[in-house]
Amino acid sequence: MRISRPATLTLRTVALVYLGVLVALPIGLILLRTFEDGFGAFWEQVTTPAAISALSLSLVIVAIVVPLNVVFGVATALALVRGRFRGRGVVQAIVDLPFAVSPIVVGASLILLWGAEGWFGFVEDTGFKVIFALPGMVLATIFVTLPFVVREVEPVLHEIGEEQEQAAATLGASRWQTFWRVTLPAIRWGLTYGVVLTVARALGEFGAVIMVSAGVAGESQTLTLLVHSRYIDDHNEFGAYAASTTLMFLAIVTLLLMTVLDRKRHSA
Amino acid sequence: MRERHQMRTPRAYFTPVVALAAAALIGCGGSSDSAGGDDETATSGDGARLSLVAYAVPKVGFDKVIPAFQKTPEGAGVTFAQSYGASGDQSRKVESGLGADVVNFSVEPDVTRLVKKGVVDEDWNGDANEKGLAFGSTVVIVVRKGNEKGIKTWDDLLKPGIEVVTPNPFSSGSAKWNLLAPFAEKSRGGKDPEAGLAFVEKLVKEHVKVQPKSGREATETFLQGTGDVLLSYENEALFLAEQGEDVEHVTPPETFKIENPIAVLNNSKHPEVAKAFLAFNLSDAGQRLWAEAGFRPSKPELLKEFADKFPEPDKLWTIDDLGGWGEVDATYFDPDKGSIAKIYDDATG
Amino acid sequence: MLEAPATGTDVGSARRRAGLRAAGGVGPLGLGVATLWLSVIVLLPLAAISVKAFDDGLSGFVDAIDAPSARAALTVTVAVSAIVALVNVVMGTLIAWVLVRDDFPGKRIVNALIDLPFALPTIVASIVLLSLYGPSSPFDIQLNATRPALVIALLFVTLPFVVRAVQPVLLELDREIEEAAASLGASNLQIFRRIVLPTLAPAILSGAGLAFTRAIGEYGSVVLIGGGIPRETEVASQYIQKQIEVDRFVNAAAVSVALLLIAFAVLFVLRIVGHRTARREEQAR
Repeated sequence: MRISRPATLTLRTVALVYLGVLVALPIGLILLRTFEDGFGAFWEQVTTPAAISALSLSLVIVAIVVPLNVVFGVATALALVRGRFRGRGVVQAIVDLPFAVSPIVVGASLILLWGAEGWFGFVEDTGFKVIFALPGMVLATIFVTLPFVVREVEPVLHEIGEEQEQAAATLGASRWQTFWRVTLPAIRWGLTYGVVLTVARALGEFGAVIMVSAGVAGESQTLTLLVHSRYIDDHNEFGAYAASTTLMFLAIVTLLLMTVLDRKRHSA
Repeated sequence: MRERHQMRTPRAYFTPVVALAAAALIGCGGSSDSAGGDDETATSGDGARLSLVAYAVPKVGFDKVIPAFQKTPEGAGVTFAQSYGASGDQSRKVESGLGADVVNFSVEPDVTRLVKKGVVDEDWNGDANEKGLAFGSTVVIVVRKGNEKGIKTWDDLLKPGIEVVTPNPFSSGSAKWNLLAPFAEKSRGGKDPEAGLAFVEKLVKEHVKVQPKSGREATETFLQGTGDVLLSYENEALFLAEQGEDVEHVTPPETFKIENPIAVLNNSKHPEVAKAFLAFNLSDAGQRLWAEAGFRPSKPELLKEFADKFPEPDKLWTIDDLGGWGEVDATYFDPDKGSIAKIYDDATG
Repeated sequence: MLEAPATGTDVGSARRRAGLRAAGGVGPLGLGVATLWLSVIVLLPLAAISVKAFDDGLSGFVDAIDAPSARAALTVTVAVSAIVALVNVVMGTLIAWVLVRDDFPGKRIVNALIDLPFALPTIVASIVLLSLYGPSSPFDIQLNATRPALVIALLFVTLPFVVRAVQPVLLELDREIEEAAASLGASNLQIFRRIVLPTLAPAILSGAGLAFTRAIGEYGSVVLIGGGIPRETEVASQYIQKQIEVDRFVNAAAVSVALLLIAFAVLFVLRIVGHRTARREEQAR
């Protein structure tokens, strides 16, 4: 499809103006407010003990959530696309449900399920704290990020079809070999996006996590909770913006890193 | 939690993200671990680690009171895990199992919830604990610098075109106090509820537009330019002045006494220390620190000491004048039958 | 892999052929793992809240949803989310197209920008939007506490969905067929409608579904800019939050379940439509 120069330019302009107004403007404002007092002031805000602890907690959660989502997300996507079973449509809709759940409800249902008086309260009785501890925050984050990998991988799986996988199988490749050599390389773009979205969302999740976190500064606050507590409890607007900028920075770094690594692997 | 900070992910090669995260962990592991290490030694030593669960606003006060307590003989070596948030949310967290030693909420019903649950003793607000009141405040009218609209009394809020920002009373404790203040004045302390409700109705229907969720969100909405008037805690207004925001506040001639409760949980792991902390808050030394942070001390003689900071209104109505929280909540704020609840329903219907 | 020749017809026939074999490329193990994962993470918590919603029996559930303010909140939420999903379909596809097919300096920066709304805590989004479009707006645009403000806030948080769903498919899309069609005299519009769109359709619908579901559940970003006026700009999440605040947990759970059912129904229909279109187009060719 060859598009004329004016049409291309029009499309480009429309896209850029839309993104400019909707995203660049608000983000520019955050950056402006973060750095209007210089980099030193920003650095001071993001290197307080509470900020460092929040940063590492956020990264720990991401480090736990991403591998789980990749493994189970790809497995689920494969089952949905390649599998033939009754009720597939229902399962597909279930995958998207986590988005429809208000973060408040996510938190509340996790408490109903895993809390001391919940269905799985016996876990808590053994002394392993789920709610108001790290496992609860991880569960909440997995809940809200679950659809990403599945949803990003699925359309690509559809698109590439099964021909090559079947060809590989005919040539005597085992299921694993087929997956590693044929399927995985094909879905890597979708997977990459899925992971980036997961990371971004995991870093940014707030409503569900605040409900299942003990919220103790320097212990159980993620970066997002830090932003909130600086903003709401401390009236420290600047500190909140500084922490937000850190969050955005992490998301961008993830994206760039994945793009660069992917290109390297590809060109190697 | 602390152990997990040191956790290494074996499959660090799995995705670059994990590698990034792991690298960052190792990088900043030092400081967070050493901070944690200090806490650990403190806990294993003489001192206890008290868990304080409180609503958001008094954090500025606890920032002064806690270091002072740690300097007293009872408080030496005691460390604190502090959790702040919306009053109702915090109360519900404790109800559903968040471990706490001391709680401090915006309104009494949030403590009552824990009494019902059985984790706070029935006599928490007895005379032994100074009625369980950590500190208080009053409802004030915050206006933009210069007060060009000349707002001084509750009646001024009903001038044509004045837009009032006050949070939603169904989600915010501070909103209840805000509405009770003019209500008490107009109803002469609940004797003439119709007059009070008539005022509230006119206020809500004609002058309140946005309904932020919490007191602090209302402040933010106001600071971002919405409305002519913000109803808020006096301590919030003092705090805004200290922050150099372009606002000032007016204490109306008649207003309402805000009382914020504090209590010790009966399942506290360190009941003695928790009680000592509570006592310190209520002591003269503790109350002076609260006063410095902008909160009205509970004791009248201490309040006089800070008369410059806390002007005495002509009349300060209290929740007891209206029959106590149990009755006020049932009569006015019950979502089905409460008369103020009805006004809110109609106003937007 | 990008150069892999996987034409639409091949996919179709391959898929039909695969349909003849039982579980396709996935054994029962994969299916079991997927089911278990979904159950523990998603279904059980949702089951817990659904049971709670029926604590007062079916009539209690119906009453909770039928309350005027609850109905109003649900209506506002669904209407606004539908608009948001539609805008996303058009703009998201367009942006994905520009990002994949067009080339201009700074494209990678623009590409990186797309995911940022996710990483921002919603409270920050709310504050920033309020300062941009509130009473002290530098552009003199006052959207504070109106429905358009809700739409803008939701467009902001849902931006990545359609873009990121369509992008990989566009990347994998084989351009040879397009070239072939063009050489046979098909116009751009024809090529787009007959070849590109059908292939993109499942991805677009899936992205729109995600955007819609995220929009109906969204809370933080609309709180300040939306104003939370009941029956006007109060969204379902705010209503749920308020119900929890007044200790009406059953009401909160009931509205959540209603929200879930709506989302589920919409997603289910979108999926079926998506598959039908894709299949019909494949067969037509």
